[in-house]
Amino acid sequence: MSTPLISIRDLHVSFHTQDGVVKAVDGVSFDVMPGETLGIVGESGSGKSVTANAIMRLNFGTQVDVSGEIIMNGKNLLEVDDDELRTLRGRQMAMVFQDPLTALNPFYTVGNQIAEAYLIHHPKATKSEVREIVLNAMVKVGIPEPTKRMDSYPHEFSGGMRQRIVIAIALVNNPQLLIADEPTTALDVTVQAQILELIGTLQEEYGSAVMLITHDLGVIAETADRVMVMYAGHAVELANVDELFETPTHPYTVGLLGSVHSLDDSSRGALQTISGTPPSLINLPTGCAFHPRCRFELGENSLCRTEAPQLHAVGKSRSACHLPESQLLQIGAKGGV
Amino acid sequence: MIYFVIRRLLFAVVLLFVVSFFTYVLFTALPTNPAALTCGKNCTPEVIARNEVRLGYDQPIHVQYGRFLKGIFAGRTYGPEGASVHCPAPALGYSFEYHECVTDLITRTFPVTLSVAIGAFVLWMGIGVGLGTLAALRRGRWQDRFATTFSVVGISLPTFFFALLAILVIVIWGGLLDFPQYTGFTENPIKWFSGLLLPWATLAILSASTYVRLTRNGILEVMNEEFVRLGLAKGVKRRTLIIKYVMRAAMVPIVTIAGLDFAALLGGAVITESVFNLPGMGKLSIRAVTDSDLPVLVATTLVAAVLIVVANAVVDILYGFLDPRVREKV
Repeated sequence: MSTPLISIRDLHVSFHTQDGVVKAVDGVSFDVMPGETLGIVGESGSGKSVTANAIMRLNFGTQVDVSGEIIMNGKNLLEVDDDELRTLRGRQMAMVFQDPLTALNPFYTVGNQIAEAYLIHHPKATKSEVREIVLNAMVKVGIPEPTKRMDSYPHEFSGGMRQRIVIAIALVNNPQLLIADEPTTALDVTVQAQILELIGTLQEEYGSAVMLITHDLGVIAETADRVMVMYAGHAVELANVDELFETPTHPYTVGLLGSVHSLDDSSRGALQTISGTPPSLINLPTGCAFHPRCRFELGENSLCRTEAPQLHAVGKSRSACHLPESQLLQIGAKGGV
Repeated sequence: MIYFVIRRLLFAVVLLFVVSFFTYVLFTALPTNPAALTCGKNCTPEVIARNEVRLGYDQPIHVQYGRFLKGIFAGRTYGPEGASVHCPAPALGYSFEYHECVTDLITRTFPVTLSVAIGAFVLWMGIGVGLGTLAALRRGRWQDRFATTFSVVGISLPTFFFALLAILVIVIWGGLLDFPQYTGFTENPIKWFSGLLLPWATLAILSASTYVRLTRNGILEVMNEEFVRLGLAKGVKRRTLIIKYVMRAAMVPIVTIAGLDFAALLGGAVITESVFNLPGMGKLSIRAVTDSDLPVLVATTLVAAVLIVVANAVVDILYGFLDPRVREKV
């Protein structure tokens, strides 16, 4: 097995608010391998985006505590100084945001914005070189008539086209890691598919690893190699995409899959739901954060209520659940799609 | 864009006609008889009636307005025959109080108001935007608290109070400056400057307080925008990010408000000019009110309105240049 491109170890991110400390990410560890697509899935508030932003160090303010390690190329990103961080951002790792309508600077032409991303990391490039790069980047992401369109402003593009521009900005420096934070959520369905396909094609061409954050299991099934399922700031399951859908090994994942409607399986009847609501991140349940909503919870005074489970091998996957392996595999076999 | 500019300017011209008409009608509808001012204290009703006819005040209002308009473009002769006065175009009226053409009064007082306005504007934009930016970038720290306190105090203090306080402390107790007095810029620039320092400060404190808040809030709002985060994610330097991303966006609304505020100030800083005894347009219009000097009142109001309308048009056009999104929509 090759060395990971980026290793996240015991990442904690907490926000200090007036109501108390919000533990948005609470001890998450995972690796991203070169060239792979890691899907991160979970409901709103599960800590997916916060994890992504922590890697780019975009959520750092006075009210935020971040601890743990984010190791990339032998360096802990949480410890590098601002100057070094700037050389990594946009060069080694780049990000695509959720809403392309607000992600582009409305006062500059898209050509200017793509050029800026390149020039920051190649300050000696000549004008004609940059122009060539920009045009090339626009062609690659499928913008028609790039010579004409490079002088247009963001508001003159549709949402899908703007997301293509954002992707062009992200990939113009050929980064090793592309973090896509819900890149298709704000787009309509036909455009969604095009954007995902584009990310996939460009990933193959550049060999970049992609961290794809989404709440859409369909997107995960189509694009990811491996999946990490997050719940209330914890990683509850880490598995290859096929295993995850065939034999999920965590009750939460089982619940998630059960809540998805499948077109080719009409026999299942009503959609299942996970009872209850996600916990408050200020006051997490003791033990396993999922236990109040878990159908298989082991009862009073059990480990489920006293000890936070850690990720460990269950079958071919890794699961953070106190249930015995045999039971988990049994639940998973029924709960797969 | 050119089409937009032309249309905007045409609209301004139409608006000016409407404004001038209403101003004229409003003031001539006052119960004061303008003809009563044409002769001294011992006027007989017969003389007043005669002058009323000679000055055209007996005519219906649209005829009066027509003559007023004609005067602006062609000049006009006022007063009883034999003792008549001719005011060349643009004639805005004749003041029997000053025995002068109103246009002359305005061209004499406007430079004073302009001097007051320009200095105050530079000062308040510098303080307001500077302090507001500092407050936003050092949010929650002492710089922010200082700026917020400054703006609350500045907004709460009435202009006349601050003006009198400044005179008391700096001129009378401190003896640091002479009592503010207007000297023409071309006459003596140094005296012009020192004489206007206190009026500038007085006006600037009040407006700067508003601009501190506007700037601070504008910057903080823009800083939360997704495109600023994308800038960070690209690896843009903090300084570039602040200037090219944050300030660029935060300044658009501020520039437009500033244009209108400046124009309003050009119409005459009534309180400041009165307290510091500056012979500007604000003082001229205040005196016109107390003296029921209708021609002056109409003219100063009209000039102020024209300045606002022009500033509005300029700001709209400027907005188009500053924000590409506006450019396309119009």
